Amino acid sequence: MPEEAAAAVARAASTSFSDHLGRHHPDLLASRSRVDFPAQGAGRALAPHATTIVSLTFAGGVLMAGDRRATMGNVIASRHIEKVFPADMFSVLGIAGTAGIALDLTRLFQVELEHYEKIEGTRMSLDGKANRLAAMVRQNLPMALQGLAVVPLFAGYDTSRHEGRLFSFDVTGGRYEEQEHHSVGSGSAFARGSLKKLWKPNLDEASAVQVAVEALYDAADDDSATGGPDVVRELWPVVYTVNSAGTRRIPDRELETTARNVIASRSIAGREA
Amino acid sequence: MTQQFYVSPEQLMRDRADFARKGIGRGRSVIVLSCRDGIALVAENPSPSLHKLGEIYDRIAFAAVGKYNEFESLRQAGIRYADVRGYSYDREDVTARGLASVYAQSLGAVFTAESKPFEVELVVAEVGEQPATDHLYRLTFDGSIADEKGFVVMGGAAEAVVEVLRSSFSEDLDFPEAVRAAVHSLRQDGSTGAGPQLGPESLEVAVLDRDPEVARGTHRAFRRIGIPELETMLTSRESPV
Repeated sequence: MPEEAAAAVARAASTSFSDHLGRHHPDLLASRSRVDFPAQGAGRALAPHATTIVSLTFAGGVLMAGDRRATMGNVIASRHIEKVFPADMFSVLGIAGTAGIALDLTRLFQVELEHYEKIEGTRMSLDGKANRLAAMVRQNLPMALQGLAVVPLFAGYDTSRHEGRLFSFDVTGGRYEEQEHHSVGSGSAFARGSLKKLWKPNLDEASAVQVAVEALYDAADDDSATGGPDVVRELWPVVYTVNSAGTRRIPDRELETTARNVIASRSIAGREA
Repeated sequence: MTQQFYVSPEQLMRDRADFARKGIGRGRSVIVLSCRDGIALVAENPSPSLHKLGEIYDRIAFAAVGKYNEFESLRQAGIRYADVRGYSYDREDVTARGLASVYAQSLGAVFTAESKPFEVELVVAEVGEQPATDHLYRLTFDGSIADEKGFVVMGGAAEAVVEVLRSSFSEDLDFPEAVRAAVHSLRQDGSTGAGPQLGPESLEVAVLDRDPEVARGTHRAFRRIGIPELETMLTSRESPV
């Protein structure tokens, strides 16, 4: 009996919500579903895919932005999808890859952070959050091999270092801290080229929003799976910033102004790119 | 082999209830009040980190008296219950009523089947749109559950505290007024506690905001009141904050 009581101490090391689900409600975890597709990667054409996410640091914080398109093969599956979410008060998460699994991962990660905070009475460190997210991405590896990969981008304000930081991941659960800016998804190569030219140290928040919208515009220009600003339906990218005050969603009317300015300035320039 | 003496079930239950009641009475009181701004939770607690009050879910809080290890495990189990339920259904499908009835079953099972009952008393509080739709569920060590209106006092010299609080309580109080009324009645309980000099550092206070979305832009209504804010609450007698 005393050994059993002592073992409870070791078990209490993890207050993870997803571990709890895995032990007691495994059917609720998307990563536990076993699917056998006839060919490797055959899952890719089955479900909508979310595309480009960009993230960049600015003075006193970090920003993340995503376009509004999801594709299924050559068809546009959604023009309204949102792919950037607040994970908790001081971090945001953007997702690229299979939309269904990615949205589920986001929801699980949000509960994971809140659960830890409520049980422990304190917030998880930013590195702790990034490590938890990496572990959750790794659990999805079997699905990724079937073509249903999820690649998140994670950014947050480090309350002990007083700076914005950003992390990228691979499907095996690799976690990489990125400097200055990063992008993921099908249009990421084009967005990165744009970010390299537009990003500068110590941007203010408004200029950071402008840079993000331009980078997404450039991605949409060359990648058919990324949606540009839609002036007909009045759909603008989803942009979140995180600083010492917490996460904030940039309101649509500000994004509308920024997006229309980008379109106007490029129309006036009248050049090929 | 030891021979067991016959004890009548009535006697057995009475002994267990007395045992649990004694354990709970030794502690200090916790007050949960429903008022105009939301629900205020006030506890006499000298420790700033070993909490008697906790957040369970968006609009649900937990308050307990008795043995720390026992109510702490119940609090954690409650958070798991709420988070699993909210994750598998939807956030709005997590209710205090559901949680309170699960707690009641677990407390009742332990009371009758285990060698020792839980020496705890709990309140599961859910803040509604108006004071009329607030829910305060009081759960006792034997698994009985009561749906209380207005306010609940548990632990310590609860009767004495109730007497004092009844005269100053009304549904129209704002948070500072409700906290002052609660602290005033805690000071009058005449038990071994800090007595009249019960200051902010020996109090644990938390609130469930009625409209957290408007006030703080979040769906989580639970908020701990830190010592500086509590000081202003307790001193601003004439000018409401």
